[in-house]
Amino acid sequence: MLPGFDLALGFTLTYLCLIVLIPLSAVFLKTFTLTWPNFWEAVTSPRVIASYRLTFGASLAAALINAVFGLIVAWVLVRYRFPGRRVVDALVDLPFALPTAVAGIALTALYASNGWIGRWLEPLGLKVAFTPLGVFVALTFIGLPFVVRTVQPVLEDVQRELEEVAATLGATRWQTIHRVLFPIVLPALVTGFALAFARALGEYGSVVFIAGNMPMISEITPLLIITKLEQYDYAGATAIAVVMLVASFALLLAINMLQTWARRRAGGV
Amino acid sequence: MDATTLAVPKVAMDRPADRRARSAPSPTTEPAWVRRLLIGVALGFMTLFLFVPLAAVFVEALKKGFGVYLAAITEPDALSAIKLTLLAAAISLPMNLVFGVAAAWAIAKFDFRGKNVLLTLIDLPFSVSPVIAGLIYVLVFGLQGWLGEWLRDHDLKVIFAVPGIVLATVFVTFPFVARELIPLMQAQGQDQEEAARVLGASGWQMFLRVTLPNVKWALMYGVILCNARAMGEFGAVSVVSGHIRGQTNTMPLHIEILYNEYQFAAAFAVASLLAGLALVTLALKYVVERRVASARSEAV
Repeated sequence: MLPGFDLALGFTLTYLCLIVLIPLSAVFLKTFTLTWPNFWEAVTSPRVIASYRLTFGASLAAALINAVFGLIVAWVLVRYRFPGRRVVDALVDLPFALPTAVAGIALTALYASNGWIGRWLEPLGLKVAFTPLGVFVALTFIGLPFVVRTVQPVLEDVQRELEEVAATLGATRWQTIHRVLFPIVLPALVTGFALAFARALGEYGSVVFIAGNMPMISEITPLLIITKLEQYDYAGATAIAVVMLVASFALLLAINMLQTWARRRAGGV
Repeated sequence: MDATTLAVPKVAMDRPADRRARSAPSPTTEPAWVRRLLIGVALGFMTLFLFVPLAAVFVEALKKGFGVYLAAITEPDALSAIKLTLLAAAISLPMNLVFGVAAAWAIAKFDFRGKNVLLTLIDLPFSVSPVIAGLIYVLVFGLQGWLGEWLRDHDLKVIFAVPGIVLATVFVTFPFVARELIPLMQAQGQDQEEAARVLGASGWQMFLRVTLPNVKWALMYGVILCNARAMGEFGAVSVVSGHIRGQTNTMPLHIEILYNEYQFAAAFAVASLLAGLALVTLALKYVVERRVASARSEAV
């Protein structure tokens, strides 16, 4: 029997409680100071509802775009050889490494009406910076690595023999991809999508610069929490935080279940 | 994958051989034009969303010349922001490192009830919005918070001061080291440690000479990721900082202030330092990742 179990577990639990669990419980306990009608009003006022709609809508759209393009990026990185592949592979993680505030101001500068990209979109009638579209762009930026990095290892593990078998049985390449490879990758793809979605829901730094933050139009829910805090409306801020926490915990649960499903599929060949 | 997905050879087998050879040169890869198209789409998407924004940071930073750039990163407020960022990382890193090692030791080397719950709880900070991470400490240590009055009576400040910034940083980087160590140490098992004990090593000798060398690259990997996030955190720190110039501004917060004052070149100059850090992080990560992969394959 190895030593140190009591010490290690004791320290782990103490640290976890002090840093994470006790402060997090403050959010829930604080909302109990509100009466139910007050709580309901705080989390369903029109401005808050508009922010949920934007946050969930833009997060969902960004996660979907990332699922499509992330799958293509993962496929290209695993299957094809081209100059600079390793650099591109390493740079996929850029959104993890680049501070969100840096990403935020860079994207804003690019998509502003005089920016590198914005000046080409403006004549087409497309305004990105300071509109809900900007929120979508920022959330797409931060979500990409989640899809690529969950799909990539699964694609790498695919046994090439499966594809050869399918080809010998007469399947066209497209049939092999869509009937053999896609079902193998699907659980990872859905997990990556869910991770990107979950991250986008809580994202703040990259969005506030490009969003313009107009109430009812381009104001995300995390920003609303900060606005309430600045107005010393602690109870109101906390009530919205509870709604967001419950949504993220539900997603976390869904992601855990997805990963169990993926493992069972991978194991049960 | 089950057999039914494979057993669908609905394609006509009597296609002329020549046509087949022309349309699909190799049955397990795609035609060249499809390959090129997909590479083009992937690179195009990444260029638009990743490379161009990264390049923009450096171009905007140097737009007004090198003199302006240098002035922006050496003015007193910028220097104090850099110092505070380094301080917050220097405190939160060792804390989460010790925690990560302790958690991994308990979880990977021993069996106990509730292990899966503990694993989920360790990952919890990743699924909490950074804004909420800041909010929870305001609720505990803020003036209206649980400990607010006690802190005020003892002349201590946590929120709108450095301790709050450190706490928020610790929270958002909480799982990094632990989640790198746990899978590796689980794969390595306890044979080597048990052998060290049988041979008469003390607990610390075993830990320092057997366990630590076995996990050093994974540890390093966790520390690199932890550091990048610690130095770059914006949302959580923004809530607890109070934005006092020269006192409670970290680099990301300093960038925000400069940007909101329309000092774009200065904002991007400070941002370029963090972007440089991100690139160094990616390079280190790339190198260390291979060492971790080889440690893991040795363990299996």
